[in-house]
Amino acid sequence: MTSVAHTDSVHSAHVLDEARIRDLFPILAATVGGKPLVYLDNAATTQKPQPVLDALSLYYAAQNANIHRGVYQLSQDATQAYEDARAKVATFLHAADPAEIIFTRNATEGINLVAQTFGRSTVGEGDEVVISTMEHHSNIVPWQLLCKEKGARLRVVPITDAGELMLDEYESLLGPRTKLVSIVHMSNSLGTVNPVQRVVELAHGHNIPVLIDGSQAAYHMAVDVQAIGCDFYVVTGHKLYGPTGIGALYGRRHLLDAMPPYQGGGDMISSVTFERTTYNVVPHKFEAGTPHIAGAIGLGAAVDFISGVGFGAIAAHERRLLDHATAALSAVPGLRLIGTARQKASILSFVLDGVHAHDIGTIVDTEGVAIRTGHHCTQPVMERFGVPATARASLAMYNTTEEIDHLVAALTKVREIFG
Amino acid sequence: MSDLRELYQEVILDHNRSPRNFGPLEGADLRADGHNPLCGDRLSVALKVEDGLVTDVRFEGSGCAISKASASLMTERIKGQTIDETRVLFDRFHRLVTDQAAPTDDAALGKLAVFAGVRAYPARVKCAVLAWHTLRAAVDDNHKLVSTE
Ligand SMILES: Cc1ncc(COP(=O)(O)O)c(C=O)c1O
Repeated sequence: MTSVAHTDSVHSAHVLDEARIRDLFPILAATVGGKPLVYLDNAATTQKPQPVLDALSLYYAAQNANIHRGVYQLSQDATQAYEDARAKVATFLHAADPAEIIFTRNATEGINLVAQTFGRSTVGEGDEVVISTMEHHSNIVPWQLLCKEKGARLRVVPITDAGELMLDEYESLLGPRTKLVSIVHMSNSLGTVNPVQRVVELAHGHNIPVLIDGSQAAYHMAVDVQAIGCDFYVVTGHKLYGPTGIGALYGRRHLLDAMPPYQGGGDMISSVTFERTTYNVVPHKFEAGTPHIAGAIGLGAAVDFISGVGFGAIAAHERRLLDHATAALSAVPGLRLIGTARQKASILSFVLDGVHAHDIGTIVDTEGVAIRTGHHCTQPVMERFGVPATARASLAMYNTTEEIDHLVAALTKVREIFG
Repeated sequence: MSDLRELYQEVILDHNRSPRNFGPLEGADLRADGHNPLCGDRLSVALKVEDGLVTDVRFEGSGCAISKASASLMTERIKGQTIDETRVLFDRFHRLVTDQAAPTDDAALGKLAVFAGVRAYPARVKCAVLAWHTLRAAVDDNHKLVSTE
């Protein structure tokens, strides 16, 4: 299987060749109870293309060695492959320097790393951390823990009925006590794409650093951390068509240099005696122990794959899908979309009159349609909209309008049963 | 579709639409709150007990059709039973929805046998047993919040 990264055969500038893209994802040929799989739970995790699978198996079959510690060729090669992957992620996020990319297990670990290092050394009693109503639990709980430990306060930016950040309220929350802002780039339960550049600008007006949670945004749109201007940005590999267990944290070099280490162990030191340890330079200071080498290499292959297809083509295709899905779902009697922001992407959360989301999920599953039902790790969002749960269809580059029609047809089954 | 009709039996749909014994219970002797964090289902069960006998029971909350109907049918079934009998019913119900080998026509369960279809949907077992776990918490450990996680 050849990688699509550097070929023009799979795509032209803005048109995505649906059939050829789908062919690169082996799982899309699967059936569920005899029906073709219609995978619409991409916000939970995306499927993996052949180039990523190949990179993983090539690493284990031909390159496996521990990194940063062997003088022999194989270890040198593995180290090179791992560091190449870091450079690829840096390029993908438009970071100025690969050293600003720290490999983590996932987005959750990236946020916890910042909370436990930057947060613990910066936030004190009476200080404040600002998040929003639409955060994933992984961008709430680490700050709650930090605030509890430090006697600090968590402030929450409200959202509108459409699911948009209330920027005026946000601005009024910023002040001398604010030590950090941490906001999601794209909401996983509403699809809202936040004006992150503006969010950063307003915070920087008060010299407040900003973390952006890019877990959802990074596979739908080109991310340029320097243009956004943020101080930290987190992504998670398994939503980038890459492996599970690998993610990345971008941090501005001068902040990373000043931050205390996260975990202690091998690789993060430059010298150790029982009296004293000096820490390694960034990014290694934050990567204690043997990392997920294969995962990092797989993530490198994944971002190459995405860049090969191109965000121009991806965004245009997904826009067409979103418009089609919005129209088709809105036409279903008794269906209400939750999350109608003007700027949104690829996510459709909905409720159906008289039917709980969980029942919808079970029924459409018997038609081979995989959607997520529940609170999507955003309980405050559910509370904000007064619903216990929603059903959520989330789209990726390989989805088709036929698949959306399939979901809509499956929803008629729900009505047949529930009346 | 036939499989789905096994799960969503008419009795279940009926109890989902019009749950019995639904609402607050004044002067309850025992109560507990239950929560299924996976899907956000929440319900509370309240009982009146005299001489070890359940004289009244009601439930409140929100949830999917399976959890609501299960709670509704449970309240009908346990009214008039002794506390010990509710424990036996808990075990039999649990077996009904989880054990592929359990009889689907356990006479002791009466109408509750309609939940046998749940065993084909492992992801829905927690919905079916939420009311029962909450009942047991009320009986064993009054005022406790239970979670199916
Ligand atoms: C917006 C958002 N933030 C954070 C996360 C957490 O990602 P992970 O579980 O990979 O750390 C997710 C994914 O569930 C998400 O959608």
